[in-house]
Amino acid sequence: MLKVILSRVIQTIVVVFFLITFVFFAVRAIPGNPFAGEKALAPEEQAALERQYGLDKPVPVQYYNYLKNIFTKGDFGDSSAMKGRQVSTLIAESFPVSLKLGIVSLILGMGIGIPLGIIAALFHNKWQDYTAMVIAMAGICIVAFVLGPIFQLSIARPLSFLNVAGWSRTSDIILPAITLCFGVAAYLARLTRGGMLDVLSQDYIRTARAKGVPTLQIITKHALRPALQPAITYLGPAFAAIITGSFVVENIFLVPGMGQHFVLGITSKDYNLVLGLVLFYGILMGIANLLSDLALIFMDPKLRNS
Amino acid sequence: MSTAAPVIKSESVVAEKGSSLWADAYVRLKKNKLAMLGGIIVILILILCFIVAPILAASGMNANEQDLTNRFAGIGEKGILGTDQLGRDLFMRVLEGGQISLLVAILATCMTVTIGVIYGGIAGYVGGKVGNIMMRIVDGLLAMPFLIIVILFREIITGHIDDIAKLLIDDWGWNDNTVLRFANLIPLTIAIAAFGWLTMGRIVRSAAASLSKQEFVEAARSLGLSHTRILFRHIVPNMLGPVIIYATLTIPSFILYEATLSFIGLGIEPPNSSWGKLIQEGANYLETNLTVLAVPAVMFSLTLFAFNFLGDGLRDALDPKASKD
Repeated sequence: MLKVILSRVIQTIVVVFFLITFVFFAVRAIPGNPFAGEKALAPEEQAALERQYGLDKPVPVQYYNYLKNIFTKGDFGDSSAMKGRQVSTLIAESFPVSLKLGIVSLILGMGIGIPLGIIAALFHNKWQDYTAMVIAMAGICIVAFVLGPIFQLSIARPLSFLNVAGWSRTSDIILPAITLCFGVAAYLARLTRGGMLDVLSQDYIRTARAKGVPTLQIITKHALRPALQPAITYLGPAFAAIITGSFVVENIFLVPGMGQHFVLGITSKDYNLVLGLVLFYGILMGIANLLSDLALIFMDPKLRNS
Repeated sequence: MSTAAPVIKSESVVAEKGSSLWADAYVRLKKNKLAMLGGIIVILILILCFIVAPILAASGMNANEQDLTNRFAGIGEKGILGTDQLGRDLFMRVLEGGQISLLVAILATCMTVTIGVIYGGIAGYVGGKVGNIMMRIVDGLLAMPFLIIVILFREIITGHIDDIAKLLIDDWGWNDNTVLRFANLIPLTIAIAAFGWLTMGRIVRSAAASLSKQEFVEAARSLGLSHTRILFRHIVPNMLGPVIIYATLTIPSFILYEATLSFIGLGIEPPNSSWGKLIQEGANYLETNLTVLAVPAVMFSLTLFAFNFLGDGLRDALDPKASKD
């Protein structure tokens, strides 16, 4: 187990390091500069701003300084798009929002997707299976930016206690979370169905049936654990995808999460903001993958002992 | 006996005719009604966007002509599917938007297949340390947040592509309208393909690795064929199945990426429009008029459905072992 954690941590560090290096030079390769968007600046004002953000130095020096500030002071620098705000404060404010939304929609997705997949597998090639799989395909094909507006119109409008958009009340999480969960639910349903079909054709399930074990018990005690493996492997990447891909839903429902900062950072060429967020995303993906690795080990005795 | 044997053999070959992999696959695919329906819809959408739309455009229907006296016309009131917030013909707009969406996805998929087959093929055929390092690079790239890297990469290359477009127009005298429209969708296409080939690379590698251990490859080697020839004439043609399956499933996911990025304003830009852009515009007028959102949303979702069902069906047909039935 320690070995798994260690190799994941090392992998994450390596990936994040390359990611940050790539993104560092990539944002600087984008044509234009962070201060060009505002009204035309006098050359000396421009130079003063560049000095303030350390952009007057050669790029390799900037790179060295950036890494040094992170490692020695934990400082991600200042945002150039939102003057006077530190990138770390912006992330600290928006991350809890994204995290909450991500966790709620992941749980919703599991709650819908896994039972759907189990039903599909149990009724393999019957109408229940086809219905479940068409629903799952709908979850993949009717995507967030189609679902979101539909939900706003058909759910939030008639129900006066739900806001169409915003993030001021607890209930504001409901619509974006439902919108986000469908894609996850769909993939989980397909993976669970596949895993379940694999397991149900195994000899030990036939033995259990022959012994006269009730069907429900066969599913819960014998089949479910190994059958959920593919779904659990997917949970890590799924969570990362929800967190990093939530800017669409945040955009529709005006959720003050990390996605909006990323879009702003890209459009206004806010180097520090983009870098800080990407660094954070990279670490988050590493953690999510590690958690799903650990869950797999926890569930599979074969992996636990090796 | 030595004279009789070939005669019997040739007869038996005639008797068994028609059971090639592809013929088998076609029979299996034909049984899968959802996949066939998906295939028919895909063909219809392609015909609508790439044949019908240009013909209609040539006959005078314009997707960008505004008619402010006829804003938000309903279905059948003006044009076939009504008009949008500026009185433009929705039917033409959704078809021309589809052209861009499909063009980006299909072009990016072609690039993906090319890169994936070459990279994965080499990694699988060479194997050993080199192959391992090549796949580790793929693992590392896969561990990065996909959409974010694509957005960044698109931003970087946009400027360069614009420069090239300007050069083509100013110095080479190319038609500026066409060049500009292409210049707008090329960066997105390249960016999606540049990081979208990774899974294809993995699939090709594992296929190439198992194929290169087989006897016919050894035979080819003992005949003294060059490595390039073995790889591209003997190994690559044999993994057409998985490549076709995955390419079919890649197209809808690329349509989705294009639409997502266009929706948040980091993809296709005016004067071009795509399904994602149309859906985004439609969402703004949701409460005034539903068709402006519904028309592109239905076309977009239908296309994703069709490609996914076709891809799933192809997988079941071409690779029965991999499917869970």
